[in-house]
Amino acid sequence: MKYVPPGLPGSIVSVEPRYENFIGGKWLAPTHGKYRVDLAPATAGPITEVADSTPEDVELALDAAHAAKDAWGEASATERAKVLNAIADAIEKNQDMLAVAESWENGKPVRETLAADIPLVVDHFRYFAAAARAEEGRSTEIEKDLVAYHYREPLGVVGQIIPFNFPLLMAAWKLAPALAAGNCAVIKPASPTPWSILKLMETIEDVLPQGVINVVTGPGAEIGKALAANPRIAKVSFTGETVTGRLIMQYAAQNLIPSTVELGGKSPNIFFNDVMAHDDEFLDKAIEGLVLYAFNKGEVCTCPSRALIQADIYDEFMARCLARIASIRQGNPLDTDTQLGPQVSAQQIEKIASYVDIGRNEGAEVLIGGQRASVAGAEFADGYYYQPTVLKGDNKMRVFQEEIFGPVLAVTTFTDDADALAIANDTLYGLGAGVWTRDGTRAYKMGRGIKAGRVWTNCYHQYPAGASFGGYKISGIGRENHLMMLDHYSQTKNLLVSYSTKPLGLF
Amino acid sequence: MSEPMVLARITATPAAREAIRLLRAARGGPVMFVQSGGCCAGSTPMCFPVGEFLIGDIDVLLGDIDGCPFYIDKRLDQAWHQEQFLLDVASGEPEDFSLPAGDNLHFVTRSPACASASAPDVNVLSATPDRNTP
Repeated sequence: MKYVPPGLPGSIVSVEPRYENFIGGKWLAPTHGKYRVDLAPATAGPITEVADSTPEDVELALDAAHAAKDAWGEASATERAKVLNAIADAIEKNQDMLAVAESWENGKPVRETLAADIPLVVDHFRYFAAAARAEEGRSTEIEKDLVAYHYREPLGVVGQIIPFNFPLLMAAWKLAPALAAGNCAVIKPASPTPWSILKLMETIEDVLPQGVINVVTGPGAEIGKALAANPRIAKVSFTGETVTGRLIMQYAAQNLIPSTVELGGKSPNIFFNDVMAHDDEFLDKAIEGLVLYAFNKGEVCTCPSRALIQADIYDEFMARCLARIASIRQGNPLDTDTQLGPQVSAQQIEKIASYVDIGRNEGAEVLIGGQRASVAGAEFADGYYYQPTVLKGDNKMRVFQEEIFGPVLAVTTFTDDADALAIANDTLYGLGAGVWTRDGTRAYKMGRGIKAGRVWTNCYHQYPAGASFGGYKISGIGRENHLMMLDHYSQTKNLLVSYSTKPLGLF
Repeated sequence: MSEPMVLARITATPAAREAIRLLRAARGGPVMFVQSGGCCAGSTPMCFPVGEFLIGDIDVLLGDIDGCPFYIDKRLDQAWHQEQFLLDVASGEPEDFSLPAGDNLHFVTRSPACASASAPDVNVLSATPDRNTP
């Protein structure tokens, strides 16, 4: 099935010529009246215009959030959960529309947004609605007649800056726990993907109390600091690259507020020889597990972009994987048969091409792909398509050390468990990893040995709410996707109460 | 000058130097570059007003381009083991908090060995041999 691109006759997605910021429950034009064009990566053609905001607009969003924060912070968990569930219901009702909007704006295949992104967004709000309801304070009888009560209290207004790779899911990952914990949010979507979150706000604006979520679009250089360094936020969270991550933490340090940052990875995906012990469904799953590097065009912080394959199965296993990669269907992201869409932006495809050149110069062997792709259809001639690519080389090469953020796999071999672990951990990053084996003991030991926040074991790229996600090493600080997020978005209030009438006797 | 002259590890294409000149003129002061890694726009250099990003002991000064310093995290530098960096511009807007290199342009770093761009202007940095000290 092929969906009609947003805005064209017959599309399930309506497109206004221009979108304003969503502030205080209203659509507010940017103070300076400037707009920027939002492009569809499949065609490099315009979708619409969005506000090209300035720091004044961030201040307006903060005004709205502060006006809303007391009522929202004092709302009972029951009331907050009701709103989160209503958000989930509204999104679910518009699931296909949002899946098409996000696919067209980001370039990710609609089969992924239909099956993963949007259902996960819906579930995420429901998960945190449940978490808010089940949340309890704790009390301890420190000694007879002296009791410590612990309550969670909202931080107030939080600033959130999200990446382009999952425009709606990353918004949900940050907004749902913040709201569940009783905070109001000002969120800045990534410059290449500002519009789909505005479509999401259209679907939930009627169920959302004014000012609880505020969305300001524009370039990071212009409004990023205005939000992240603003003394009126009580916490900042960010997903992106390491240098801006450090800058965010620097601003947070200057304001003495907490920050959480997720900064990417270079995730190893390890295949032990026993995966080929039988030619069965599990082997098929493992082959797909390697090819998942092409999921979302490789634009995933946990992209399994380093495949480590045990040397004695390398030839046969890789041959089967390459056959699967060669059959990847690349094209119109709105075609449900398409498996690989265009990269999100001109910048990204330029970077990918440059990395493949670096790999070639370092002596990596191109096993498949290695250049820009042309796909069927004249309308896609200028789209940002890159061939699914595999480079064989050594873990010391730059293409094994840096996140390329494209459909580019770096593959190498290992001899035994110790060698696999050493290569897996020979990286600055520690966000994700994959381990594939039929041996449970080996899986456990590898999983515990890998220095990464998430080790998928005999699976990859699953992101269910309830499984924590976050980085070791320079991949970041803090966790997402789990009820422990309520900690990240709360203060702890302790009431230390004496029920004794006796004086201390000191004075 | 008594200190030894060492060749800077960063050079720039004419397009990058022109972008810097325009940025300096527009902002009334120099900018700084910090090589990034990781997610999204990782691998591209982030460009900020000079002094915006707090340089730490972990950062290595690779040199400067027309008065604009270029740094890289020592750990990234070791992982990349790339001696020479070439600053260039490419199409597309920058991501995250980086300043643009002009209208719909962003800064990139290339390995001079890979670059097909015209020969860069080499510039010389006066520095101690310990390049790890900014």
